[in-house]
Amino acid sequence: MSIKEADRVLPVATGESEVRREKRSVVQPSRAKQYEPIVIGTLSVAIALTVWQLVANARIWAVLLLPGPWDVAQAFVKLFQTADIWLDIGTSATEMGIGYGMAIAVGLVVGLLMGWYTRFQYALDPFVNFFYSTPRIVLIPLFILWMGIDMQPKIAVIFLGALFPIIINTMAGVRNTEAALLRVARSFGASDALIFRRVVLPGSVPFILTGFRLGIGHALTGVVVAEYIAARHGVGQLIAIASQTFQTPKALAGVILIACTGMLLTTLLQRIENRFQSWRPQIR
Amino acid sequence: MYDRSAKLAAKGVGIEYWLHRSKTLFTAVKGVDLTVRPGEFLAIVGPSGCGKTTFLNAVDGLIPIADGALTLDGRAITKPGPDRAMVFQQPGLLPWRTVLGNVIFGVEAQGSMSKAEAIDRAKQQIELVGLKGFEDAYPLELSGGMQQRVNLARALLTDPEMLLLDEPFAALDAQTREMMQLELLKIWSQTRKTALFITHDIKEAIYLADRVIVFTRRPGRVKNELEIKLSRPRDLRVKRDPQFLTYEDEIWESIQEELAVPAERLQAGMPAA
Repeated sequence: MSIKEADRVLPVATGESEVRREKRSVVQPSRAKQYEPIVIGTLSVAIALTVWQLVANARIWAVLLLPGPWDVAQAFVKLFQTADIWLDIGTSATEMGIGYGMAIAVGLVVGLLMGWYTRFQYALDPFVNFFYSTPRIVLIPLFILWMGIDMQPKIAVIFLGALFPIIINTMAGVRNTEAALLRVARSFGASDALIFRRVVLPGSVPFILTGFRLGIGHALTGVVVAEYIAARHGVGQLIAIASQTFQTPKALAGVILIACTGMLLTTLLQRIENRFQSWRPQIR
Repeated sequence: MYDRSAKLAAKGVGIEYWLHRSKTLFTAVKGVDLTVRPGEFLAIVGPSGCGKTTFLNAVDGLIPIADGALTLDGRAITKPGPDRAMVFQQPGLLPWRTVLGNVIFGVEAQGSMSKAEAIDRAKQQIELVGLKGFEDAYPLELSGGMQQRVNLARALLTDPEMLLLDEPFAALDAQTREMMQLELLKIWSQTRKTALFITHDIKEAIYLADRVIVFTRRPGRVKNELEIKLSRPRDLRVKRDPQFLTYEDEIWESIQEELAVPAERLQAGMPAA
């Protein structure tokens, strides 16, 4: 039985190249099929940009109201010719790095503890619910009042923004540990520490990484909005000033900068997630 | 019957649990008396819901007993130990670990072996259960039968005094199940470990076991027991042996009586509605 059965499940490696496990499918996908997502994606973006450019060229609205992609690109280049941009990016990146890094460190530990120790969860649940259901942005004026308009209030907002999705997802990961796996571990006399390290923690990784990914969105929102309200430097501040002084292309260039950062970080985390999931058969 | 050299001895074992939903005490088994002799393959059959799996969980030490005494080599069973290993109905494999990683999980949990030694011996064990070449495959890439082989190898690697099997082939298709029974016997004959096998499949019980015990319906206790005097090694043809069929009839009748028990007696073990 075993050989027959095996053939059905695992395709036999053919050719001299090593067959990678994640590339499992009955037939090797053709080259065209492999690049399909990139080709179609690029094409649809190109079409959208063209339409936008054509509408802008018609000049139904002034550049001030609707700049074309070309105007934005020019503004983007000009932006990077100034010395200030690096100060802005540096400021925002530092705020983001510190705030998000702290959220990961604290969120992971608190989330794991809340998932593992029910009493710890009972104690912290009210706070998590309170903060998670409150838009953290409303706290910005308070933070500015307490901490001034330097980086500290931004870091606080980013931290609080990213913290709760990380806590909640990490906790859910621990809680979702399969009962059958726990039973097996207990049956073999595993200690609580071993169960945590070898069963609960690896099982929670997908949840934890999802929390990290959701946290990025919240953190970026925090950066921009906090700087929007009051700041000396930063990309959010740049967008705020540009739009208040009717430099629409420049404002849009800032928006694109933020959006690209978000996409980059999210893609990066998605990659890490995939790495941790090499054992999961692909759906496609 | 109750020889002192018994590997496992159950005397008047009762197991109860508290049902949170209906706030009642639920009696799963009551007054179970049985022994398993060293090196014996004992199968327990019974109508579904008779508490046979619950009893096995108590033998494994996963749940406490409310009444009586349950001893392994004369020592009371209070918690899981390296002297027993369970093969579960659901394979319960860590999906992020390869076959090799899953097979060593049991000894890893027990902390009874160095990692290098565990890997070395796991490879032999994988070969024994017929999974050579699949050491690096992940559970989700395996069929149900292959997953159960991993489940079995994981238990065998811990080299237990007693092997506990909880309907390990119940979820497999009929053909795979027969093949697995054959292979289990082959593996068992090499080690001759004391085995306690739970099943609802009468043929399976007769085919595998030296002795079959029939449980009553809930609350389960020993209703009947039968020495299976079929010579070993047994191949699958033994299932058509007239003696085999006689055993089957006898056990089937015994179980049918339980299924036909009037409703009043049924309620004795049930939670008050």
